[in-house]
Amino acid sequence: MTTSQQAASQQAASQQQRSVPKPVFTDAEAGAKVFPDSDSSARRFNYFVPARRKQTHYEDVTVEVQPDPRHYLSQNWLYGFADGRGGYPLDWTVLRAWGTDQPEPKRFPGSGGKGYEWPALGWHEFRDPNEEWELTLYRYNANVVRQLNQNVENARQTKAFGQWNRNWVRFVERNLGAWMHVDHGLGLYLYANAQRRAPTNMHNNAISVNSMHRIRSAQDLALYNLTLTEEIAGFDGTAHIEAWNSDPAWQGVRETAEQLTAIDDWCEAIFAGNVVFEPLVGELFRSHLVQHAAPRNGDFVTPTIVGAEEYDYAERDLRYTIPMFGLLTNDREFAGPNKSVMDGWLAAWVPRALAAARALQPLWSQPDAKPPRFEDGLDAAKSRFSGIVTDLGLAVPKELAQ
Amino acid sequence: MSRQSVARAHQKIQELAWEPAYHQPVSQYGTDYTFRRAQKKDPLKQVLRSYFPMQEEKDHRVYGAEDGAIRGNMFRQVQERWLEWQKLFLSIIPLPEISAARAMPLLFRNVPNPELHNGQAIQMIDEVRHSTIQQNLKRLYMNNYIDPAGFNTSLRGFHNDYCGTIGRQFAEGFITGDAITAASIYLTIVAETAFTNTLFVAMPAEAAANGDYLLPTVFHSVQSDESRHISNGYATLLMALADEENQQLLERDLRYAWWNNHRVVDAAIGTFIEYGTKDRRKDRESYAEMWRRWIYDDYYRSYLVPLEKYGLKVPHDLIEEAWNQIWNKGYVHEVAQFFATGWLANYWRIDPMTERDFEWFEYKYPGWYDRYGKWWENYARLSEPNGHHPIVAEDVDYQYPHRCWTCMVPCLVREDMVMDEVDGQWRTYCHEACRWTDAVAFRPVFEGRQTPNMGQLIGYREWETLYHGWNWADVVSDMGFVRDDGKTMTAQPHLNLDPKKMWTLDHLRRMPPLQSPNVLLNEMTPEERETFRANYVRGGPAGRPAPAEA
Ligand SMILES: [Fe+2]
Ligand SMILES: [Fe+2]
Repeated sequence: MTTSQQAASQQAASQQQRSVPKPVFTDAEAGAKVFPDSDSSARRFNYFVPARRKQTHYEDVTVEVQPDPRHYLSQNWLYGFADGRGGYPLDWTVLRAWGTDQPEPKRFPGSGGKGYEWPALGWHEFRDPNEEWELTLYRYNANVVRQLNQNVENARQTKAFGQWNRNWVRFVERNLGAWMHVDHGLGLYLYANAQRRAPTNMHNNAISVNSMHRIRSAQDLALYNLTLTEEIAGFDGTAHIEAWNSDPAWQGVRETAEQLTAIDDWCEAIFAGNVVFEPLVGELFRSHLVQHAAPRNGDFVTPTIVGAEEYDYAERDLRYTIPMFGLLTNDREFAGPNKSVMDGWLAAWVPRALAAARALQPLWSQPDAKPPRFEDGLDAAKSRFSGIVTDLGLAVPKELAQ
Repeated sequence: MSRQSVARAHQKIQELAWEPAYHQPVSQYGTDYTFRRAQKKDPLKQVLRSYFPMQEEKDHRVYGAEDGAIRGNMFRQVQERWLEWQKLFLSIIPLPEISAARAMPLLFRNVPNPELHNGQAIQMIDEVRHSTIQQNLKRLYMNNYIDPAGFNTSLRGFHNDYCGTIGRQFAEGFITGDAITAASIYLTIVAETAFTNTLFVAMPAEAAANGDYLLPTVFHSVQSDESRHISNGYATLLMALADEENQQLLERDLRYAWWNNHRVVDAAIGTFIEYGTKDRRKDRESYAEMWRRWIYDDYYRSYLVPLEKYGLKVPHDLIEEAWNQIWNKGYVHEVAQFFATGWLANYWRIDPMTERDFEWFEYKYPGWYDRYGKWWENYARLSEPNGHHPIVAEDVDYQYPHRCWTCMVPCLVREDMVMDEVDGQWRTYCHEACRWTDAVAFRPVFEGRQTPNMGQLIGYREWETLYHGWNWADVVSDMGFVRDDGKTMTAQPHLNLDPKKMWTLDHLRRMPPLQSPNVLLNEMTPEERETFRANYVRGGPAGRPAPAEA
């Protein structure tokens, strides 16, 4: 027989009735014997220093999965880009965390493999306060989509959409529809893109989860739009495309969103997205326009959809962003330079965000029952933004007065 | 959601994509592939509205099983031989998983198909799921299995270990270099489509036979996400095939990715399944049999070959050669022997083989005993400290191998070793295909064609180099593979946890120093080097030195 025939015949034999392995008592349970490392104190991942006294479950499943040549990567990265650099180069952002200037440990014949003492770099001190890992992220997002489904289903059964006035239907099909493009574009090309680039797993996982919030929100709005197309006679399910492509009110937002995806520096991308654009444009549109205008126009459903995204940002995404940048503005070596870099980002992005916000102003007069004035909404957004900037230890940029 | 409403929902979310009007998204990863003529191909449809609840449901089953396993004292019937190897496997696998997440953006700007980008973003979060769910399983083992040593140092050990580092290629190959080579061909077309079957299906089945039903629970849950990833890869591959200029690159990348995956995955998983099991029923499939079914029949014959009609050049020769390595050249046995030779440089315990194991091996791999039997008898004889050295420093008719510069598994099938001077350094390779990968494929010019985006093999690829001239006791403490009494080693060449039978650093002090084969190779004169080469390739099997010339 050829080797392959032999294998085939053995395989055929094994495909006949397979016997079942019998359980055997092995007593391989924790505590069954006493020996070095049998103590419960040895039952702990011991290759990193927890942020607080008690090591968290989140840390255990996250920390050090993405390695660092300064820690235990004694043979260094094994595959590189065309320029010979591997892994997660620190200069993919201009911000610096302490330890950055210390070169990677030198390796040579007989050098040994010891790295620096953990964490070696300020970057590794970041922990996502949301403690997101798979269990939490699926639970959270599954709850959101279940809730949204129920809300829409209830509305459908109670014929709630029938109470919308004509102009409000137009408003939702065009403007709420346009916003889903923002979520989708940023979710993919800003956030998902950025999770390749940070030097620690804590950063990249938090950014991945942020990305899924935005992509989910985009789809939430698209599916809502689909339901409305089916439920409301005359609801134009494609009007959002026209608004996004050519409504002058939306072109500022579109231009800024596209510019956000063009950022090379991953910290700048997250900063411009979560510190500047979201409070000044995202919350302005969602909280100060849609959420206020909808009930006045007989719409009690849309706020529950938009509210999910409001919560994502305010309670989750902003919540990790603050300590992520707060560590850098308080860095023991580079706080000063980091703050001036961030000041520069504020000076660049605040005017763009404000221009996008102002271009939206005509939307405020479209519904029959008007929301609070645009300027009041913008002032509220600005003061929200100022609060965030102050939390980060940065000065409120003069450009905010524009 | 009903199937019909999923289809409508999926149709609707296609409206989300838009062509930039003012600024292009940043382009950070290069490729030498082009997608000028590509028709857009659809991946499997998935809408987050149904995706999140579906994944949460899968989680319920996983965490429910984990609770049940602890309540039901699963560890009273888990085989230590098996779980010890999980210290290696579960230290490796979360990094490839998370690297797969990180790889997805490499494709965004390079594959012009917004619908695929959606699929890639979902794959990204799937991979976050896989990485953290596996870390969590490892944590559960650490907390509940008799010996936490090696689990507790996991991500330190993996990154600097004698054989753990080999597995790192299976992650880093996804995230650097030419974007399509890395994130599409190496990751999706080969690693996921071919090798996740042995990783996530064959191996968990073996775990169950060794009393551990949590590994199957977790990894089947992981594997259930894989069909979507495979579909992302397939759609990308079909798009790439539309541009004829890509065919040369596809041929290059399939050859490299296939061979590297074979070298790395078959080494590790083959060893776990054949040498990590206590299940010696004759009707249980051997790794070779599983490989033949999952990889040769299902992947090669049913997936790759049909793509030939679209112009794909399938590496038939390397696929037959991988089988030849596994079936005729004892690749898995050679690797297991190497891992066990260096047991002291690892962070898990390796159980000796017994008569029962021998019998099974002989039945499944006729001729096994003549090749490997004696060495494993020596391994058992030398397993408890008794005035002798660890096996690596004893005369057991085993020549310590040179590493392969490319795949980092040593040149174990001695006759296949190839030597070459590359980048000013003499390097050994386990096989011509690995020499080609380094000297020909990973270069900025390939067969006369400019390939400026191709990656590089970098790093200190021979583990031994770092410890050249060191005493073994210092090597082991430098890596941190020591238990909490400060001297008993994490690794042991047996499963006896009686402290009197366990090796300590003191036992290692008297050993001769560790020597780097590659450093020595580069110190040789050209004549010495040629003599070394001619002698090395006459060695084996089972690492036996070449017989004296007649
Ligand atoms: Fe995966
Ligand atoms: Fe190799």
